[in-house]
Amino acid sequence: MDVLGAVAASLFQFGDTFAFLVLSASGLAIIFGMMGVINLAHGEFIMCGAYVTVLASRAGLPLPAAILAGALAAGLAGMVVERLVVRHLYSRPLDTIVATWGISLIASQGTLILMGSTMQGVGTPLGSLEVGGYHYSGYRLVLIAVALALLLALYLFFNRTRFGVLARATIQVPHMAEALGVDTRRVYSLTFGLGAALAGLTGGLYAPTMTMVPTMGATFIVEAFVTVVVGGADVFLGTAPAAAVLGVVKAGLTAGYGQLFGQIGLLVAVIGFIRMLPKGISGFILRERA
Amino acid sequence: MPDGTLLATTGLRAGYGGKPVLQNVDLAVRRGEIVAVIGRNGVGKSTLMKTLMGLLPASAGSVTLEGRPIDGLPAHRRARLGVGYVPQGRDVFPRMTVEENLRVGEMLRNGPVPRADYDEIYASFPILAERRAQRAGTMSGGQQQQLAIARVLIGRPGLILLDEPSEGIQPSIVQEIGQRMVALNRATGLTIILVEQNLDMIRAMAQRCYVMDKGRIVAELDAEALSDRDTVRRYLAV
Ligand SMILES: Nc1ncnc2c1ncn2[C@@H]1O[C@H](COP(=O)(O)OP(=O)(O)OP(=O)(O)O)[C@@H](O)[C@H]1O
Ligand SMILES: [Mg+2]
Repeated sequence: MDVLGAVAASLFQFGDTFAFLVLSASGLAIIFGMMGVINLAHGEFIMCGAYVTVLASRAGLPLPAAILAGALAAGLAGMVVERLVVRHLYSRPLDTIVATWGISLIASQGTLILMGSTMQGVGTPLGSLEVGGYHYSGYRLVLIAVALALLLALYLFFNRTRFGVLARATIQVPHMAEALGVDTRRVYSLTFGLGAALAGLTGGLYAPTMTMVPTMGATFIVEAFVTVVVGGADVFLGTAPAAAVLGVVKAGLTAGYGQLFGQIGLLVAVIGFIRMLPKGISGFILRERA
Repeated sequence: MPDGTLLATTGLRAGYGGKPVLQNVDLAVRRGEIVAVIGRNGVGKSTLMKTLMGLLPASAGSVTLEGRPIDGLPAHRRARLGVGYVPQGRDVFPRMTVEENLRVGEMLRNGPVPRADYDEIYASFPILAERRAQRAGTMSGGQQQQLAIARVLIGRPGLILLDEPSEGIQPSIVQEIGQRMVALNRATGLTIILVEQNLDMIRAMAQRCYVMDKGRIVAELDAEALSDRDTVRRYLAV
């Protein structure tokens, strides 16, 4: 019984880390993988989703609806940013980094001015349950399920829907997609919006577990970038395996030696990965297959 | 248009960055024609095709489709007017399956494509039917060429821009492709602008031919001139 309990506890620990990595990274991974844009405002889209979720929830919306509102708001903000800034810089990747960094500063400082340095949050729902002598947060179990469902949904979206097929065509050979009648600008705009909406969803999902401050996006950003770097450009072949591997490393070290060593181990693992697989896990898989 | 002109250019110029390639290209293609554009390597044939498609901006001159100027339209809007582009090098979507590649071609048509159209395409390109779930990047050059052609045909274009379909493909498949395009042209009135250097392909398909050199049209060959092998060979070596 003790052993089973301990196994369940480490599984939970791993699932919790895995979910956090997947949810932090998916929006960033889609924007990077589909468009080659490194979006340094990713954390602020997360923050936007979290703030809108909390405001909507305090205004009386049930939490799931409030989270969707947060995702939607971040997605719309993303499409506006794409239209006004990113679109003009597609051929200049370095400038995109600087521009999105600027947007990130404006968004977090703007929020600080408008909303103050902290905002009252919403409590974590669902309480906790006890299994084999260990206590688990019910809400965190839900987050694990959501992360898995999100991976499945994204896979189906990009492989089974018409838009998904057109979006993949657009990343693979942009001029050819355009010549076949695909409005590639619109594809880029919607893809950026989707990435931002996923960031907003993440913010909304974690909002009940966090303190609401304008810089809260920074909590996610290291994990998000680390996962995307290890995963490489392909969302499905990269992000999920990277989150799994890094989840094992981080959850293992955190359980054994505490939070700090978990974080250090994560970063050391990333350095190792970059040395061995410079194009990330998906780059490796694709080369093997080609 | 009274004279049945489908596509025409006047004084067309285009190039890459500061480097001019097309210098004053005038040509006209009637509905239902198969017209070849021939010339040596690097004279600007592919540049002409990209400019017609709207992938490369014209720096001067005009392109009309059914009498209406299309100069301001981006490539995807031209495609939706029924212009199908089969580029040199084929440019299939390598990490998508054959069927997914075809699905992108549906965008040429402004409406849903019935399943029967896929059956028809698969019937005329059996190799694609066999490999419909295979990734396009893993197929041979000839198979990719057939896919690139099928990918525009699924969108029922009125005009196809076909850039060196014979390049790097074994002769039996070249012949097969040529015959299929001619049959389609006869059956549906499909208009084809063909860039080609393969003498047999030119003679098998083209009803008329423009000769290009250094970014200009330097000669026009009618059916009679085309029927003479040596004439065509001489112009290919211009
Ligand atoms: N993307 C590009 N950027 C710059 N110059 C280019 C580009 N593509 C082609 N060129 C140049 O433009 C000129 C015309 O090229 P184009 O591809 O149109 O020739 P082509 O007649 O199609 O030749 P080929 O028979 O080899 O396909 C060549 O000098 C070529 O080097
Ligand atoms: Mg060429």
